[in-house]
Parts: sequence; structure tokens; C-alpha cells
Amino acid sequence: MKRMSTIFRAKANKALDNAEDPRETLDYSYQRQLEMLTKVRRGVADVATSRKRIELQRNQLQTQSDKLTEQAQKALSMGREDLAREALTRKSAVTSQIGDLNAQHDQLQGEEEKLTLASQRLQAKVESFRTRKETIKATYTAAEAQTRIGEAFSGISEEMGDVGLAVQRAEDKTLQMQARAGAVDELIASGALDDASSINRGDDISRELEAMSSQSDVEAELAALKGSSPDAIEAPEAPAAPAAETPIEDPVEKGQQG
Amino acid sequence: MIVRILGEGQLEVADDQLETLNELDRAVESTIESGDEAGFRAALTALLDGVRRTGTPLAEDSLEDSDLILPPFDATIDEVRHLLDGEGLIPG
Repeated sequence: MKRMSTIFRAKANKALDNAEDPRETLDYSYQRQLEMLTKVRRGVADVATSRKRIELQRNQLQTQSDKLTEQAQKALSMGREDLAREALTRKSAVTSQIGDLNAQHDQLQGEEEKLTLASQRLQAKVESFRTRKETIKATYTAAEAQTRIGEAFSGISEEMGDVGLAVQRAEDKTLQMQARAGAVDELIASGALDDASSINRGDDISRELEAMSSQSDVEAELAALKGSSPDAIEAPEAPAAPAAETPIEDPVEKGQQG
Repeated sequence: MIVRILGEGQLEVADDQLETLNELDRAVESTIESGDEAGFRAALTALLDGVRRTGTPLAEDSLEDSDLILPPFDATIDEVRHLLDGEGLIPG
């Protein structure tokens, strides 16, 4: 492990050795530090974007899962255990996808927190470097400045290396997650997990359930007509009737279409 | 003695802790040599926990360089090997 600590110092000193007036390297280094600060902040934003994408997918899958539960309940209430079983099988595939997304979400959230802290640390050090840089430039001759600059450099170089590595690792992880998120999007779009009722006006399960319930509606109405109760004839004149006829939109379905 | 845990920051660790940490460090190195990923994870966690437990975090604006630099807690053996090769740690 000792060797690792020499990596940083060797490189920092090398940069310093190449400069004719070491004070000139101060401004250059400060620019690099500001660039790194921008880079780490962009890294935080990138990770947050990926995290939000996963949250969106998770919500979509949760909606599907709820829908499949409803379908299973409905199928069971109509005595169609086969349909209920099919709905629950699909739901279990959706549930396992949600589990994967939860794990990815936690990982990205961890990266986001780490990078946020890294950016705060770097910010504090860059500010400290800037103060020291101004003092060195104002107070010391080139020859005197050498040691002071070396001191200021070694700490900030190490931090830059650390933050650079953190950004790199977060980027790698985010890329992996994005590839997987793309696969989940495709899976959702393909309908393999999906109750596609919101897109195609009915997957096979909900089509069958709808057919069955419209059949039973017809039977019920027929029975009502045969009974020919006076209530049924007077109903349209009742004040509550127009409101009852207004079609009630399914809020879940509407949300999915958007 | 100043120790940096990559991705976490720097801590000041008392010199009399060095021997304990060296022991933990040797365990990490031997798992790297044998390529024992599970053993490596446990050894690295023990080492970093030891540093976190005995160390005091440095002020955020400190510009001190470290005496020791340790891998991130979630590093793989391959990553640590790469770090030890001395490639690519300083960007540019």
C-alpha cells in the first residue's frame, strides 16, 4: 500500500520540476482544479439523472404490478383461476424487475452521495489553495516559493487524483446502469412484463375479463328488463341520472398513456 | 500519520496504531496475491474500519498530503491491482 501513496507525489513533483518559474504553475494548477470541480459537479448531475430514470421505471413497473393484482382478483371473483394464475405469474416477473431496480437505485444513490461529499471536499481545498497561491505569489521570490508551492501542490494533487478516480468510477457504474435501464425500457415496451391494456386497449387477460363482465352486464340488464320494474323506466328522469351516465375515466390508465 | 481512504477523505491516525494497521494491510495484500475476492472484501473492510475507528478526519480545507492511501471500500481486486500499477490515478 505504501507504493500507492508515492504515485501521487511523484507526479506532482514532476509537474513542478518542468516549470521555469514555479509560481507560474500555481495559476495553471488552479485552473485545473476548477475544471475538476466542474467535472465532479457534472458527475453528480449525471448520476442523479440515472437515478431518476430508474425511479420512473420503478413507478411504471409498480403500476403494472398493481394492475396485475387487480386483474388476478377480478379473474378469481369470476371463477377463472387460470387467468388469475397467469396474471400473478406476470406479476412475479414484474416484482423481480422491481427488486433489481431497487438495488440499482441504492447503488446510484450511494454514488451520488459520495460524489456530493467529494465535491464539497474539493471545493474547500481549492478555496484553500487559492488563498495560499495568492500569498505565495505576493510574498515569495521564485526560489523561495519552491518549497511552499510543493507543499500546497502535494495535498491538492492527491485530492484531484482521488476525485478524478471517484468521478471515473461513478461514470463507469452509471454507464452499466444505463445499459440495464435501456434493457428494462425495451422489456416494458415489448409488453413481455406488461399488462398492455393502457397501450393496446387490452391485453389478453383484460380482454377476457372485459368480455366476461360485459356478458354478465348484458345478462343482468336482460334480467332487469324481464322483471320490467317501474324503477327501471322512471330512472332517466331521476336528477342523479346524468351524472351517473358520465363515463368515469380510469386515472391509472390515463397516467400510463401520458 | 495521515491516511487517505480513496473516495472518503483523509484521517489523522496516531503512529502507535501503525502496527495494527500494517497487520490488517498484510491480510489485504495476501488476499490480493491469492486472488481471493471474498477474503479481500473482508480484509479491506477490516482495514478501513480500523482506520475510521482510530482516525480523526482532517479539516476539509487542509492541503496536507497523505502518508498512506487506501483503496475505496467497494474496490475490486482488479481495481486495486490497477491502482498499484500506478496507472491513471492522476488525470492528465
